[in-house]
Amino acid sequence: MDMNEIKEIFFQECEEQLAELESGLLKLNDGDRDPETVNAVFRAVHSIKGGAGAFGLDDLVSFAHVFETTLDCVRSNRLEPNQDVLKVMLKSADVLADLTNAARDGGSVDQARSRQLIKELEALANGELPQASAAEPAPKAAAPAPIAAPPVNEEGFQPVAFSFEDFEADEPALIEATCYEIVFRPKSELYAKGNDATLLLRDLSRLGEMSIHCDMDGMPPLDRMNPEAAYFSWKISLTTDKGEDAIRSVFEFAEWDCDLDIALAGGSAVDASEELPMQPVPFDLSLLDEAPAGSADEEEQIAIRDRDAAVSAAETASNVLQMAQSSARVPAEAQKNATAAASAAAQQAASAATPTIRVDLDRVDRLINLVGELVINQAMLSQSVIENDTNGTSSINMGLEELQQLTREIQDSVMAIRAQPVKPVFQRMSRIVREIADMTGKSVRLVTEGENTEVDKTVIDKLAEPLTHMIRNAVDHGLETPEKRLAAGKSAEGTVRLTAKHRSGRIVIELADDGAGINREKVRQKAIDNDLIAADANLSDEEIDNLIFHAGFSTADKISDISGRGVGMDVVKRSIQALGGRINISSKPGQGSVFTMSLPLTLAVLDGMVVTVANQTLVVPLTAIVETLQPEASAIHSFGATQRLISIRNSFCPLVDVGRILNFRATQANPVEGVALLVESEGGGQRALMVDAIQGQRQVVIKSLEANYTHVPGIAAATILGDGRVALILDVDAIVAASRGQSLKPEMSLAAAG
Amino acid sequence: MKKRVLTVDDSRTIRNMLLVTLNNAGFETIQAEDGVEGLEVLEEANPDVIVTDINMPRLDGFGFIEGVRKNDRYRAVPILVLTTESDAEKKNRARQAGATGWIVKPFDPTKLIDAIERVTA
Repeated sequence: MDMNEIKEIFFQECEEQLAELESGLLKLNDGDRDPETVNAVFRAVHSIKGGAGAFGLDDLVSFAHVFETTLDCVRSNRLEPNQDVLKVMLKSADVLADLTNAARDGGSVDQARSRQLIKELEALANGELPQASAAEPAPKAAAPAPIAAPPVNEEGFQPVAFSFEDFEADEPALIEATCYEIVFRPKSELYAKGNDATLLLRDLSRLGEMSIHCDMDGMPPLDRMNPEAAYFSWKISLTTDKGEDAIRSVFEFAEWDCDLDIALAGGSAVDASEELPMQPVPFDLSLLDEAPAGSADEEEQIAIRDRDAAVSAAETASNVLQMAQSSARVPAEAQKNATAAASAAAQQAASAATPTIRVDLDRVDRLINLVGELVINQAMLSQSVIENDTNGTSSINMGLEELQQLTREIQDSVMAIRAQPVKPVFQRMSRIVREIADMTGKSVRLVTEGENTEVDKTVIDKLAEPLTHMIRNAVDHGLETPEKRLAAGKSAEGTVRLTAKHRSGRIVIELADDGAGINREKVRQKAIDNDLIAADANLSDEEIDNLIFHAGFSTADKISDISGRGVGMDVVKRSIQALGGRINISSKPGQGSVFTMSLPLTLAVLDGMVVTVANQTLVVPLTAIVETLQPEASAIHSFGATQRLISIRNSFCPLVDVGRILNFRATQANPVEGVALLVESEGGGQRALMVDAIQGQRQVVIKSLEANYTHVPGIAAATILGDGRVALILDVDAIVAASRGQSLKPEMSLAAAG
Repeated sequence: MKKRVLTVDDSRTIRNMLLVTLNNAGFETIQAEDGVEGLEVLEEANPDVIVTDINMPRLDGFGFIEGVRKNDRYRAVPILVLTTESDAEKKNRARQAGATGWIVKPFDPTKLIDAIERVTA
């Protein structure tokens, strides 16, 4: 793994942390005061800062640092996270996301915005209130004194890179070799913290010429000795050209846990052994290095033994003597309990956060594709067995049934791999709401529900765009200005509610606002002006509401920055349809509007009804079908030259011959000989689709026609049936639209032949 | 014998950096994602030195260090704290919890290896 890969991981992680950050902030915004929420928020920023520092992403580091400092104030209860504070923080989270993106993809961020936020964050950390609330009667946050972080200069904080070499590198040439006398008296804490006198002495010896005297006078008789205590001290004479700072830096980790005196010896660069009053005890630190000296004479052997004794005494902490064990038993018991408690807690936490692995999406897609093939193959196998073997009790049939069940289970499990919660998309929406609320000067609260509802990743990916547009619309057009809201007796803050739930094998996403609702008079007038409807057309409320999905329809008097981007609700509708979904609107004047999207959980399989039309096999998506019925001659009514209606329970419904629409045949079939499928199209209109016969109902694996052939009007996709034949999947909405007179494109007949 | 290093850090980025740096420097690296996991793998990891972050979910660095120091077998293992928090207060808390030394982020491979070598024989 190289640095680039790690950087890639870093940005992935940033995305997760940013999501965590935002959801945490939103929780705080909702009044959650759980310290763990604050901690998680803090950690998210902290992690981003840590990684960014390692990659030298200075802009990101400096912003994250200021943000972190302010969050630390919240964490330590010096700053009350009220709405105003959180407003600044949520904006900061947005800027942090922008900075991360800029660091990854290049590009720039709005410098003025981030500078402004840095100022606001610093002000918060210093105990000042955000400007917006300055006039409000003293909120709680005003009370604590500004003990927060020291003021940071405006250019932003630069982390001080600390390097151990600095001491040596800074002034090597300036200092002449000087002799220092160092007295080093470790306390027992030094050993308890894993420091080791011998290692410190070793590092010291690397600075220059050194001689050591070990003072063992403090050593009590063996029977009174505490093996964990520090009895030795050292007098060191060191000749070095690195300076006193270098010596201090050797003891950097130990300075709290020892007495350390460093003094200049009488003269510089003198032979220490002659000058010192004491005789240096041979204390050969080179022996610490792994290779032992080649030949040692007897005297040296004794010296080594002495050293060993000294070292083992010094290493008391790491080599616990038997003597200590009896005294250590009691703490050991306590520790065992603590460990047990810790592991119990760990198990609890583990059950909360199940382990996950990351898999390349390509691999999952390949698997899904293969399972799709398996399903087809299994169906083909079943069919040929049934055809060749009429004896239904054979063990092959039994086995096949089990195989079918297993295949189905495999398929469901594989689909579940790709299913992901809609949470990330929902989270992105809260930022959009904030930004548009700011732009329009409206006060908006986004409430999300069912964030953990899972749906296929491909659906999620394609959901963001239409949803963004709808949210924009809801805030810009749906909600009124605070003044109007107050005048209408509502709270000044508008609410946009985004809900996801599973309903009968589909995911239903609802976007509700508590705004003014659709102004039907205006919509109607606009539609008349744009020649969408006749001036005297008699439309139901529902039909009027659905007019907003027509191309180029916008009721906002002036085209605003936000919604007037050339994308209308018609585009939203089309992208939802492209996902195999439906969208509906219901609106109550003065109370708001609800957009309901219903989407398939996956784009890979579909439950369909297999039908025959003019000797062709077609699949009609089951979700579109309301009911099927056998038309009776008395129920069929003709009007106009070619139109026919069917009466179903005292209401009339246009009858559409699928074979005729698709140009499979030149004349309309006799309805009485076929079957009518009552379908519901976008906008709620019902149609009865005429087909020749129903073959059955089954789950089919969707094979994109676009990818393998080209887009065919009236046909959504294709599939392979159990007998190996290709069947086209009907695009019900296109058929219904065509039946309204907007005929399918001419290449239709060609495609139908294939 | 390769020296064994146990690293405890919740950031995937930092974990990978530690892994690459330590492996390149000839250490054997065992990794945990937070204090709780760090304590769980302690026995198995049997480290010569531990490098830990401070800010972590479930069990932070302070708690983890205390946990290690309570373990008879590992209470003298050198523990280096790897953190962006360079201020004296945090260092001091880490020390009180029983940290041997610290490495101040931004992460720098030389500093890391240097510090590890300082606290290991």
